[in-house]
Amino acid sequence: MSSPVAELHEDPLLRFIFGKLDINSVPWHDPIIMGAGFGMVSAAVIVIGLTTYFKKWGYVWSEWLTSVDHKKIGVMYVILALIMLLRGFADALMMRAQQALASAGGAGYLPPDHFDQIFTAHGVIMIFFVAMPLVIGLMNIIMPLQIGARDVAFPYLNSLSFWFTVAGAILVNVSLVVGEFAHTGWLAYAPLSGIEFSPGVGVDYYLWALQISGLGTTLSGVNLIATIFKMRAPGMTLMRMPIFTWTSLAANILIVAAFPILTVTLALLTLDRYLGMHFFTNDGGGNAMLYVNLIWAWGHPEVYILVLPAFGIFSEIVATFSRKRLFGYDGMVYATMCIALLSFLVWLHHFFTMGAGADVNAFFGITTMIISIPTGVKVFNWLFTMYRGRVRLELPMLWTLGFIITFVIGGATGVMLAIPGADFVLHNSVFLIAHFHNVIIGGVLFGCIAGLNYWFPKAFGFRLHTGLGKVSFWCWLIGFYVAFMPLYVLGLMGMTRRLSHMDNPIWQQYLIVAAVGALIIAVGIAAQIAQIVWSVIKRDELRDETGDPWDGRTLEWATSSPPPFYNFAVTPAIGNHDSFWDAKQTGQAYVQPDSYAPIHMPRNTATGLLIGLISVPLGFALIWHIWWLAIASFVAMVGIAIAHTFNEDRDYYVQPDEIKAIEDARFAKLKTEA
Amino acid sequence: MSPHPANPPANPVDALKDELKSAYDHNPNDAHDTDDHHHQDEAAKVTLGFWIYLMSDCLIFATLFATFAVLKDATAGGPNGRELFDLSFVAFETALLLLSSLTFGLSMISMQANKLKGTIGWLAVTGLLGLGFMGMEIYEFNHLIHEGAGPDRSAFLSAFFTLVGTHGLHVTSGLVWMGVMFVHLFRRGLTPANRIRMMELSLFWHFLDIIWIGVFSIVYLMGAA
Repeated sequence: MSSPVAELHEDPLLRFIFGKLDINSVPWHDPIIMGAGFGMVSAAVIVIGLTTYFKKWGYVWSEWLTSVDHKKIGVMYVILALIMLLRGFADALMMRAQQALASAGGAGYLPPDHFDQIFTAHGVIMIFFVAMPLVIGLMNIIMPLQIGARDVAFPYLNSLSFWFTVAGAILVNVSLVVGEFAHTGWLAYAPLSGIEFSPGVGVDYYLWALQISGLGTTLSGVNLIATIFKMRAPGMTLMRMPIFTWTSLAANILIVAAFPILTVTLALLTLDRYLGMHFFTNDGGGNAMLYVNLIWAWGHPEVYILVLPAFGIFSEIVATFSRKRLFGYDGMVYATMCIALLSFLVWLHHFFTMGAGADVNAFFGITTMIISIPTGVKVFNWLFTMYRGRVRLELPMLWTLGFIITFVIGGATGVMLAIPGADFVLHNSVFLIAHFHNVIIGGVLFGCIAGLNYWFPKAFGFRLHTGLGKVSFWCWLIGFYVAFMPLYVLGLMGMTRRLSHMDNPIWQQYLIVAAVGALIIAVGIAAQIAQIVWSVIKRDELRDETGDPWDGRTLEWATSSPPPFYNFAVTPAIGNHDSFWDAKQTGQAYVQPDSYAPIHMPRNTATGLLIGLISVPLGFALIWHIWWLAIASFVAMVGIAIAHTFNEDRDYYVQPDEIKAIEDARFAKLKTEA
Repeated sequence: MSPHPANPPANPVDALKDELKSAYDHNPNDAHDTDDHHHQDEAAKVTLGFWIYLMSDCLIFATLFATFAVLKDATAGGPNGRELFDLSFVAFETALLLLSSLTFGLSMISMQANKLKGTIGWLAVTGLLGLGFMGMEIYEFNHLIHEGAGPDRSAFLSAFFTLVGTHGLHVTSGLVWMGVMFVHLFRRGLTPANRIRMMELSLFWHFLDIIWIGVFSIVYLMGAA
């Protein structure tokens, strides 16, 4: 789409009302964009229509939209991620198709200006609106259960965090149809992203979408750290926490330490663009490399924010499906925290070519290589956990095995890139693209899908279908290698990233193979959708009444599936990190207490939903310079937040007879199962 | 899968059992606890959460300080700190803010002594000092912009206005929070919920004081030297 720089309305009244927005902001004549926009709008209309038809608004409102239950918020995060995965993956297919078609002098079907937006949107969506919500969603669902808590420390804040994330995702999707998205690549390097070279609204969409969702992520980090430190069940010392809880802690500490840097970096770029400041401009004393340093000071820890929880998921799965205690629990904990610390000491390896000199580059090259040591510790721990274990090749374990092999290859190419001399050749090439997809798909994505398969029965009470899950796994695994191994070769041949048109028949054959790989992954994603749909249809056959379908080890398996809203009728007590396993061995599991005490629970609130959704018009107004709307939205958000502080009726006690009724039903089912 | 019902343990681990039992006996999350207990838990939880938030805010300032340090000499031919800063003016501004920390402390002491009037009175003095600080900052910004030393003049001035302005925005939010706090205190008095709020607000206010000491030293004193 070629959207010219929005021309301001001549009429001052129109300019006041609409800012930079006018009828031509929507690319009416671009069939690809209008088709995608039509698809999104019809999907929304169908969902709204069905909800209305089945008269489910009351249920959706009270059970989901206004819920402060960590499990439901977590499920909504995962749903958001899966929807955005489809969008981000559509971008990937379009890029692979364009490069396959337009690499031997062909015209392809995408103009460069549209191709630029697609690779930017792909990166932004996959990191911020797929990987992050998947990881945060799984932490939300599982971590409080693993530590025996009733909810997170600040349930209302949790709801607010989620809706801010949704608001960011909505803005990114609006940019598809109204205006444009950034052309700059997913990190919007200055000075390209400055007002001089990107005068359109694309970068503004980028800035406000990330600023709003980033605020949600930071608040979520604060919340989950407080949860882990303050709400563990009695007896659960730090070194008795399940390993996924440990990696969640590490990831959330990184969120709180790194996201403020992103907030500032984006804010400074915003000031450059909106108020003519000179942080990153070419003139006025600005320093573009400052932007690159700041964004990577956030960006590298971000990689570990994503992958550490994935490591935690694999650790839980390996122990469960090998029926062994995790090998080297202490080593795993120390390795996790070492990686968390080191993640702040390596950011410069993303731009060795900046010209900082041999000494600086050597320092950052070495710190980068050092990270492979704790990571290696983890890999060996997983291998030794499986060694002489009784390994069951269920779906989560398949994904874990696929991960170990794939991630080690990705790690090895990472060490290659950590050598500054080699990096001067490989920098900005598709070798780099292959490397980080190798670790992000092989590490983060495989981890999250393994986690989904592993914990789905906990969240919903029935397992996911195994056959379709296997189809999905093999398509993802094979598709990944077919799609990305050619890129390693192309990178060594000198192909740089983000090319929309090339004229090199030798490259084209590799790019066609890569496109085929992307199609194989597409089959994998289709199988995943089919797996979920089919499992919902066949849920009675796949049902699990025990709450413990995998013979699990940690506390989340001790309660029913799905867990009651209060999680545990009696606060569990913990002897070690495999406490549920030990309880089963000593016959202390599944014992119904004689009586119950009242349980203190938070009430639902619509405040988080309202503030989060009003941040959409706030962001939209700031993007299009509609100042009255921006001020009104901001005042409304602050007003609602203040009004919320006057609501003192935020919690209540669940009475013992209600708990007894729920628990009696559960134990009755357990008896029939046994 | 069978749910492994409560058989007598084949191989009991006595130590573990004892541990589990003793953990049940001292269960702080148990709802049998009094309401007092609940409020203490709540206060500890909220205070930890607020500290973590403050640390993330501290990193916002750390990043702004780093940016200022990188850009402080990038004046692009425009004025530098020595030409622009009036140290005695800023010293007075600083005194207002430091004094406001003291008065907030007195407000908290009144709260500990269960004196509502003293709490509100000292909080009001704190608010007035904060307003005075903000008035002086706005005057200074306005003055600089009229002298042609606005934030768009050079990278140094962009960094200066953003760092000092971000602190100012925080102080302003603190003042809005104080306004809401007055309403809460007038409505309900020194309830446990309001005590927690006062605790967090005072943490926030002292935190801004500490940040300002950094601004005063690094931006003004070192900049004017």
